Amino acid sequence: NKTQSHSRGEYNVYSTFQSHEPEFDYLKSLEIEEKINKIRWLPQKNAAQFLLSTNDKTIKLWKISERDKRPEGYNLKEEDGRYRDPTTVTTLRVPVFRPMDLMVEASPRRIFANAHTYHINSISINSDYETYLSADDLRINLWHLEITDRSFNIVDIKPANMEELTEVITAAEFHPNSCSTFVYSSSKGTIRLCDMRASALCDRHSKLFEEPEDPSNRSFFSEIISSISDVKFSHSGRYMMTRDYLSVKIWDLNMENRPVETYQVHEYLRSKLCSLYENDCIFDKFECCWNGSDIVMTGSYNNFFRMFDRNTKRDITLEASRENNKPRTVLKPRKVCASGKRKKDEISVDSLDFNKKILHTAWHPKENIIAVATTNNLYIFQDKMN
Amino acid sequence: PVSIIVFQEMEDKVISPEKAEEAKLKARYPHLGQKPGGSDFLRKRLQKGQKYFDSGDYNMAKAKMKNKQLPTAAPDKTEVTGDHIPTPQDLPQRKPSLVASKLAG
Repeated sequence: NKTQSHSRGEYNVYSTFQSHEPEFDYLKSLEIEEKINKIRWLPQKNAAQFLLSTNDKTIKLWKISERDKRPEGYNLKEEDGRYRDPTTVTTLRVPVFRPMDLMVEASPRRIFANAHTYHINSISINSDYETYLSADDLRINLWHLEITDRSFNIVDIKPANMEELTEVITAAEFHPNSCSTFVYSSSKGTIRLCDMRASALCDRHSKLFEEPEDPSNRSFFSEIISSISDVKFSHSGRYMMTRDYLSVKIWDLNMENRPVETYQVHEYLRSKLCSLYENDCIFDKFECCWNGSDIVMTGSYNNFFRMFDRNTKRDITLEASRENNKPRTVLKPRKVCASGKRKKDEISVDSLDFNKKILHTAWHPKENIIAVATTNNLYIFQDKMN
Repeated sequence: PVSIIVFQEMEDKVISPEKAEEAKLKARYPHLGQKPGGSDFLRKRLQKGQKYFDSGDYNMAKAKMKNKQLPTAAPDKTEVTGDHIPTPQDLPQRKPSLVASKLAG
C-alpha cells in the first residue's frame, strides 16, 4: 500500500522475506546468528527498491520489485503453461499484458561475505551511490556495490597485542554530502571523523569529537554509559547526533571539544545503574533519528520513546502500546516520576518494564510519520490531521 | 570486611547518584575489576556467540530445537552424550569384563 503524500491510508505489510540463515563458523566452532543488525535503503533509481541488510558477518543487497501484470494470450502455450500442439493452432494472436494481483518479489542481488572477523554493527551507503562501508568492532571496510569479491579496509583499530584493547568501534556513517568523509563512534564515547582523501588507511582521524569529563565524577559506570550506540548525521550534514546510554548529544562538525546540545533521555536511570548493570540493560543499544535538522527521536524503556525539538527546546515522552492507546486517538504524553510523590498519571521508575525496550525508531523522509519498534510489534504514528 | 569501611566513608560526604550506585555494586561484588572498560570486558564482547564443540554438536543442537516432538528412546539416566563435553565423573562406571583376567587371584 504505497500511500500518496496527501492520503492517510493505513500501512500494511508489503513483503516478507528471509534475508539471512543461521550459519556455522567451522574454524571457530561458533554459531553465526541470522539476526539482522542493520538495514539501509539505497536511493531509488528505478521502479524497484534496493536495500542492504547485514547480520554479524555477511551483507546482502536485496532487490524488491513489484509485479502487477502478466502476459496472456500466447500462441504456443495454454494459460496454465502447458504447451499446445502446434498443429492445432489455426489463428495467431498478439500476447498482451493483463493486470494481476500485486506480487512483491525479493531477490538477493549481491552477497558481500568473508570480510569481517568481528561482528558487523553498521552499514552506511555513500553519497556517491556507488560505494558503502561496513563496520565491525575493530575494522571498517569500503565496498563497491557491484563488486563482491573485494573490499578495502579503511580503518583498523586492532592492537598488535589484544591485551592492550581499550576501545571498540560501535557505529559508523558516511557524511550525507561529502563522499570522502565518514565518522565512527567508540565504546569510550568518542567520535572520529575521517577523510578518505588523506590516506588509504584512515587510522589517523581528521577530527576527534570528545566531551571532556569531570574526573571527580568518574565511576565504575562512566565508561559503560558513555559508549555511543548510534551516530547519525542531520540531513544537512552540518550536525551529527550521538546516542549514549542516558542522553542524546548534538555535535556541530565545526566544534570538536563538546556537543552543542545535550538532551537527557531518562536521567532517572542514573540512580538505578547498579541493577541495570546486573540485568545487562546497561548494554542496550538504542538508536536515534532525525526529522530534518530540527527534531530528534530516540527510544527508552517501558515502550516509551522521546522526541526533542531543537528549536523550541521542548521534549515529549510517548508510549507505543496497544493497552494504553486506542487506534486513531491522540497519544497522551507520559511522565516518569523519578522520586518523591508520584502525581496522578505519572509512572514511577520502579514500575518501568525494562523488558519493553524501544531500540529502533525511524522518521519518514518527507512526512510527519514515524515508525517505532517494540519487542514484538511495529507501530506507525502519524501527525494529527486538522 | 572491606565493605563496612566503604559505608562509613559514605556518611561523611554527599555522593552523586552514580557513585552511590557504584558503591552498591562494589558491596555486592567486592572482587569486581577496577577497569570495567578494560580489555577483559571488551574481549568478552568481541567473543559473543554461542560456542559449540564442533559442527556435529551444532547440528545436533539445531535438530533438537526443530524436532522437539520426535519420540526419543527411553532416556538412560546414566548415559551422558550430546549435551556437553563429558567429564570423567559423568561417565558411567566401566563394566567389568565378563572374563576375569587369568592373572586374577
